[in-house]
Amino acid sequence: MADIPVTLSRAQQITPARYRAPGDLVFKIIILVLSSVVIALAFAMAIILWYEARPTFQAFGFLSFLTETTWDPVAAVHGTWPFIMGTLITSFGALLLSLLPALGVAIFVSEYAPKWVANIINYTVDLLAAIPSVVVGLWGVFIFAPFMRDTFYMPIYLWAVENAPWLEPILGAPSSYNLATATIILALMIVPYTVALSRDAIRLVPREQKEAAWALGATRWEVMRVAVLPYARSGIVAGVLLSLARALGETMAVAMLIGNRNRMPFSLFGPAATMPSVIINEFREAVETLHYTSLMAVGFYLFILTIGINLIASYVQRKLTQQRKSP
Amino acid sequence: MNLQLRYARDRVMLIGIVGLTLLVVVPLFLIIGYVIVNGIGGLNWNFFTQELGSPSRAMLGRPTGLVAAIVGTIIIDLIALAFALPFGIASGIMMSEYPEHPFTPVSRIMVSTLNGMPAVLMGLMAYALVVKNTGGFSALAGSVALAFVMTPIIARSTESVLRITPWSLREVGLSLGLPRWKVTLSLVLPAARPGIVTGVLIAFARAAGEAAPLMLTSFGNNFLTFNVRSPMDTLPQRLYSLAISPYKEWHAMGWGGAIILLLFVMITFFVGRVVVDRMEKRALGLQAMDKPKKN
Repeated sequence: MADIPVTLSRAQQITPARYRAPGDLVFKIIILVLSSVVIALAFAMAIILWYEARPTFQAFGFLSFLTETTWDPVAAVHGTWPFIMGTLITSFGALLLSLLPALGVAIFVSEYAPKWVANIINYTVDLLAAIPSVVVGLWGVFIFAPFMRDTFYMPIYLWAVENAPWLEPILGAPSSYNLATATIILALMIVPYTVALSRDAIRLVPREQKEAAWALGATRWEVMRVAVLPYARSGIVAGVLLSLARALGETMAVAMLIGNRNRMPFSLFGPAATMPSVIINEFREAVETLHYTSLMAVGFYLFILTIGINLIASYVQRKLTQQRKSP
Repeated sequence: MNLQLRYARDRVMLIGIVGLTLLVVVPLFLIIGYVIVNGIGGLNWNFFTQELGSPSRAMLGRPTGLVAAIVGTIIIDLIALAFALPFGIASGIMMSEYPEHPFTPVSRIMVSTLNGMPAVLMGLMAYALVVKNTGGFSALAGSVALAFVMTPIIARSTESVLRITPWSLREVGLSLGLPRWKVTLSLVLPAARPGIVTGVLIAFARAAGEAAPLMLTSFGNNFLTFNVRSPMDTLPQRLYSLAISPYKEWHAMGWGGAIILLLFVMITFFVGRVVVDRMEKRALGLQAMDKPKKN
């Protein structure tokens, strides 16, 4: 097409659109100011937590507070190591417990189930994510914890005492609220996130890839194994990491079910504590300055842990989408 | 490996996958079932009209109820919504309508960071910002903490809803000579309204179920109060203290409170799902219209 010389009329030359509409500028500034408050909020969080925790860091040192294993508000000695361990044990335990069931659900709804069954299961699983943590905790306290202790923990423990004494320190005497129950409930609470994210990853697998496997005579499971799962792998990994971040911060149900014991070593059937649970349980009674600032410091470490895992997850996810776009 | 073996393995895997699915789905029904069965008996006229008072009140059989918690939840959550709404919606508009602005990527990262933050930390922040500076636990501090929880959820859902509103709508407006702000306010937002409202509702339900930030800010109160500068009761936080209390009568009341919380969350959830599904279907239809037809 040949270039057609464009001549603007006088009116257009004099008044470009942006002078005719000062509203645009005003609107943009309002939006900008309001949304920069949200941006500031994220920065403020790090700064406030650090600022409030400063006396603790000054008293114990940034790293020795991390590795100190005693938490004794009466003696004014504070260390966050037991809670970090508690958080990591419950979170990774919950992740291990939930991974296989979550993958099972994701595969079932996206590849096996007829549409209406898949719809029902999707609704149910998403609803599970919507149930308030404190309601799950209530159910755990009154129904699940006593049931688990009487049906599983007691017999296992009694068996171990007689037949495998070396197991005893790992298991510990079963208390009503303990590490194992909290981990199982935590697993139940993060399943919906893992399911939702791996479902999305599996849905991205191209049809041709699956059809190629079918054409080679693969059975349904073999199609899953050779065509679907390898392709969705990095999406599933990102989903698992995001679920891990959820597990780290899950507060109420864990605080109600873990039994709250500040001293290491933790045992499987004995009480323990996590970072959010210690904040919830002790914050309202923290009258001494050092106790208060130490709880803030626990919050600060929790913040760093969560943000670290979120960043890794989004890095994995971004890498995934770039890979898909480039070829 | 022969064919029979491969078929057998296929079948075993199918059974395994169905079993795992049941393992996830069954506990949900268990929880809902137990809450309804145990809680329905506790719901009576007193439950909705009486204050909780001291434990002796329940043990002596005098009328007690959770009216303070129900009223407090409504007050604190509505104030929180008023705080969160302008910031959340504005961030959503920023991220979807001004993709070229250098602030947008920063905004997006920060919103998703805040979205992943545990709610306890929101409580700690509200404590340091509000409770410490105003001299005591208050309902207002609780609202601020819940607003921190709501804002990133509203921002993200608004963004995703605005993005599925068809691009042609904006083009129509711009081609008529409307300035950008008018296109956003009078074309895009109205078209996306059901979705935005749903997102707000979901954020509201999510915050209404949060107990952790409220325990650090609004503290709880056994008596009914309308003063937002004093400690106030809320359902999730009250549920926690009822559940860990040693009184049987309070446990029964806890189950009753759980029903109300659960019902509220489930209703918002289903309303939200229906609206989002419908919007997505409509968006798909309009996107099909966007594409030029091949003759």
